[in-house]
Amino acid sequence: MNILVCISNVPDTTSKINFQNDNTAFDTNGVQFIINPNDEFGLTRAIWLQQKNAATVTVVTVGDASCEPILRKCLAIGADKAVRINAEPTDGFAVAKELAAHCQATSYDVIFTGRESIDYNGGMVGGMLATLLGIPYVANCIHLDIEGKAAQVQREIDGGKESLRSDLPIILGAQKGLVEESELIIPNMRGIMQARQKPLEVVEGVQATAQTSIEQFEKPAPKGAVKLVDAGDLDTLIELLQNEAKVL
Amino acid sequence: MSIVIYVESQQGTIKKAGFEIASYGRAMADATGQKLVAVVFNQEDASSLNTYGVDLIYSVSTPHPNFEVEGFATTLAAIVQQENATLVALSATANGRYLGPILAVKTSAAFFSNVVALPSSYEPIKVKRSCFTNKAFNLTTSAAPCSVLCLNSNAFGLHEKISTSEIKEFTYQAGNSTLAVTGVDQATNKVTIADADIVVSGGRGLKGPEHWHLIEDLAEVLGAATACSKPVSDMGWRPHSEHVGQTGKPVASNLYIAIGVSGAIQHLAGVSASKVKVVINIDPEAPFFKAADYGVVGDAFEVVPQLIEKLKARL
Ligand SMILES: Cc1cc2nc3c(=O)[nH]c(=O)nc-3n(C[C@H](O)[C@H](O)[C@H](O)COP(=O)(O)OP(=O)(O)OC[C@H]3O[C@@H](n4cnc5c(N)ncnc54)[C@H](O)[C@@H]3O)c2cc1C
Ligand SMILES: Nc1ncnc2c1ncn2[C@@H]1O[C@H](COP(=O)(O)O)[C@@H](O)[C@H]1O
Repeated sequence: MNILVCISNVPDTTSKINFQNDNTAFDTNGVQFIINPNDEFGLTRAIWLQQKNAATVTVVTVGDASCEPILRKCLAIGADKAVRINAEPTDGFAVAKELAAHCQATSYDVIFTGRESIDYNGGMVGGMLATLLGIPYVANCIHLDIEGKAAQVQREIDGGKESLRSDLPIILGAQKGLVEESELIIPNMRGIMQARQKPLEVVEGVQATAQTSIEQFEKPAPKGAVKLVDAGDLDTLIELLQNEAKVL
Repeated sequence: MSIVIYVESQQGTIKKAGFEIASYGRAMADATGQKLVAVVFNQEDASSLNTYGVDLIYSVSTPHPNFEVEGFATTLAAIVQQENATLVALSATANGRYLGPILAVKTSAAFFSNVVALPSSYEPIKVKRSCFTNKAFNLTTSAAPCSVLCLNSNAFGLHEKISTSEIKEFTYQAGNSTLAVTGVDQATNKVTIADADIVVSGGRGLKGPEHWHLIEDLAEVLGAATACSKPVSDMGWRPHSEHVGQTGKPVASNLYIAIGVSGAIQHLAGVSASKVKVVINIDPEAPFFKAADYGVVGDAFEVVPQLIEKLKARL
């Protein structure tokens, strides 16, 4: 079984978000990049399949050489090989096109994306890739069982969950629940050493054109000061919520 | 030409998000002089859409009662093509976010997630979207002939406009996928975080799952959904589906009440789209006070029971 895990390189969750060039570009100065948290759940789930079903796990990212440290980290976590598609991830559609070209050249049984990247929150690459490849996609995936050539999966829906089945190949949008936070694999020294020997292949992109482009960034307006209400005077809080904020 | 909207319903009832997307679609239709076409699935009576200015309703019946992404997307794509639509809008619900990118590829449209306002320009299309989990916004443009916009919950609101819409049946197109729904496990009596006007959220300050009746009782008097911080769900005090924040669910309610939540950057990012935020925390230095509109410095175990009693007496 061949498994692909799509990895997005995103700013650490504690990063201060700033822009440059007249607010037309994200300012990466001082920003640390991490594996997109949703992708880590998919990667760990893939490693379990590697251990149980003797699957081969490839990780892929669309981006420039600055993405290589996180690919190395994925190898240290346990992926067998890494591919960097050398192209600028201009928008979700272009990324999906680049990934589709790779998946057409090498076939995979299970492809994990994350539910969304925590930078642009597109939540789109998985569904687009699946549609380009003509295979099913399950968003917000919280459970996976593979039996032969079929997958039983669950996805989170508003107020509950849904069970689905599908033939392979399939694309799954991973999130917490597919794997618990405490089960995420943290690379150890041996993993880090082994990662150095594992292949990290760089392939040229197909120069997919983006459908959208960002013209301008803006930060939210600064917030006014909090109105404190005394703990012994909750009637005032209720009145403020009713009459001033008008939310009750 | 038309604007096509996907109106979401659940168990035969149109969701609030469905009326919001109709309001949004109406405003775009007025701005561009186009017809507003709504698509409903398994909805016997869609006449309530007349309150939100819809011109034409395509009513689709599906063989199974469930949402099926491939069939819904294939059917919507056929309608988009038949109507020669240049703008398609749907709600950022779990199903809407699932459907949008697939529909966009099927219709060769540009996809815009996290839309928070009406387009500021239509030719070319320019739309304001949130990014970095509400830590920023951006103005995004596209030259594609068709655009699919996914509108964030509560970003536009409900705007009534009476219309008389024509209703037509449209044949469901199942699409070809091996994906099949085998079961749905959904609470029908509980307000969900996605739909709620009010969300009551608890953090580690509540000390343990045995104290969650405080959150649940407060939510009940307010008709609110319950939520929690990430560590609370990681420790198994509450289900993952209640985890809100940058790596959990986004919250965009009218009122968000955070109890015993410190207000870490990842938590705040995910809830900041809520209009009014109230924080109850024993520590006056808790970062959440800087992001809140109203605050009570106090012990949750004293404040919350009193608040519940007072609300019961008043509401
Ligand atoms: C990659 C990453 C992603 C993350 N994503 C998220 C996310 O999506 N959502 C999220 O929530 N967190 C997220 N976190 C975790 C986040 O950094 C914080 O650790 C977390 O939000 C803290 O949860 P808390 O406020 O419940 O607990 P704490 O920070 O421990 O705060 C508890 C609060 O309760 C107060 N308190 C104590 N006793 C009482 C009392 N009797 N009455 C009233 N108040 C009391 C304390 O003063 C304190 O402010 C993420 C972290 C990382 C590293
Ligand atoms: N540049 C990229 N390279 C590889 N995979 C990506 C990239 N961007 C996004 N993805 C994948 O698509 C998922 C959803 O991303 P997005 O649609 O950007 O929110 C991510 O969790 C990744 O798995």
